[in-house]
Amino acid sequence: MLTVKVLGSGCANCKKLEALARQAVEASGSPAEIIKVTQYEEIMKYPILSTPGLVINEKLVCSGRIPAPAEITAWLASARQEKL
Amino acid sequence: MDPSVSSPLLPSRNSAARIYLLIGAAALAWLAAYSLIQPLADWLTFSALALPRNSPLGQSIAFFLYDIPKIILLLGGMIFLISFLRTFFSAERTRALLGGKREGVGNVLAAMLGIVTPFCSCSAVPLFIGFVESGIPLGVTFSFLIAAPTINEVAVVMLFGLFGWKVAGLYIASGLVIAILAGMVIGRLKMERYVEDFVWQLQRQGGVEGEKLDLQIRIRRSWESVKEIVGKVWLYVVIGIAVGAGIHGYVPVSALSSIMGKQAWWSVPAAVLLGIPLYSNAAGVIPIVSALMEKGASLGTALAFMMSVVGLSLPELIILRRILKPPLIAVFVGVIAAAIILTGYLFNLII
Repeated sequence: MLTVKVLGSGCANCKKLEALARQAVEASGSPAEIIKVTQYEEIMKYPILSTPGLVINEKLVCSGRIPAPAEITAWLASARQEKL
Repeated sequence: MDPSVSSPLLPSRNSAARIYLLIGAAALAWLAAYSLIQPLADWLTFSALALPRNSPLGQSIAFFLYDIPKIILLLGGMIFLISFLRTFFSAERTRALLGGKREGVGNVLAAMLGIVTPFCSCSAVPLFIGFVESGIPLGVTFSFLIAAPTINEVAVVMLFGLFGWKVAGLYIASGLVIAILAGMVIGRLKMERYVEDFVWQLQRQGGVEGEKLDLQIRIRRSWESVKEIVGKVWLYVVIGIAVGAGIHGYVPVSALSSIMGKQAWWSVPAAVLLGIPLYSNAAGVIPIVSALMEKGASLGTALAFMMSVVGLSLPELIILRRILKPPLIAVFVGVIAAAIILTGYLFNLII
């Protein structure tokens, strides 16, 4: 199962990214665990300079902006490929 | 020649041509709409509603109907341009540019990059940590952190729309000077030990860099941020302009000169203090301040108020408290407040 982490202290942008990530996971049909990371000590373990950030299977795929739904779908698909 | 046959052969050139056409059409529509606002507002107020031209109600309504579409259109157009420029900058690139710069040069560069780097106040903490971890001096980091929220695109566009380019320019220039000087002062005070300890213990990290963007993606992202920002502030703009329009029509001229004018020496610090708790209403505050200035408030007092509203905010201080110990927070607020007050007095003195 994939692990998807949303990095952000909880402002509007981070909430929007979390909603988009949930939609993309649901649409993909295969389950994934979605974790919200709000503690800065935890967030800063990833190479991130601006929030919100999206981490799929411990790899930071995007930071500092809200990606398009199609981008998230593509990242999920390629993370699943790497797992196989 | 059938275009549907030739298009698969030249996909990139064709889509680029379509983008230019779309942008051109949008720019023309924008210009047409902008030049129609004044006649339309006058016609609605004085012909359709048949209000007398010199009545307070007529004045207020004409002001309201003219300013709202004007500011919304200006915000849309200018934020598109600013966001497009910003797709060429990122926090990662800014950090790379600031790496290895001395104090002084570094402060100036950091303040200038603070204007063009995409920034939201929730990113202040990761950005601060990322900067100091990579060896950028504390004072240089602060110059960036002061300039980025103070010289904010919504504030600058609204100042431009309601006061003209001179006041908008003065605002940008004084914001830069405040960020540079405050950063240098904080750097000189050697406050490193008042940064929370966990910040220094984190591992130095790289960043996701070198994102390659084509024109289409840049334009789509700029449009997304126009929708996001205008969607967020339009209600404040409407409320602010409604209150401003009421002041414009009903408050007598120079009613405020005794409390917000140049002769009231305490009005500048009072305006700065009042501005600290007001934050998210920056878009709504500027039209009100604009109307107050018509009634005798002075430019320095008004600018000091605006800078305090956007540059010093309670939510941002609460976020910064997670990485800065109280003495450094106090110095941060004190230095910026002092710089804004000095700027306010300076403008009251020279203009």
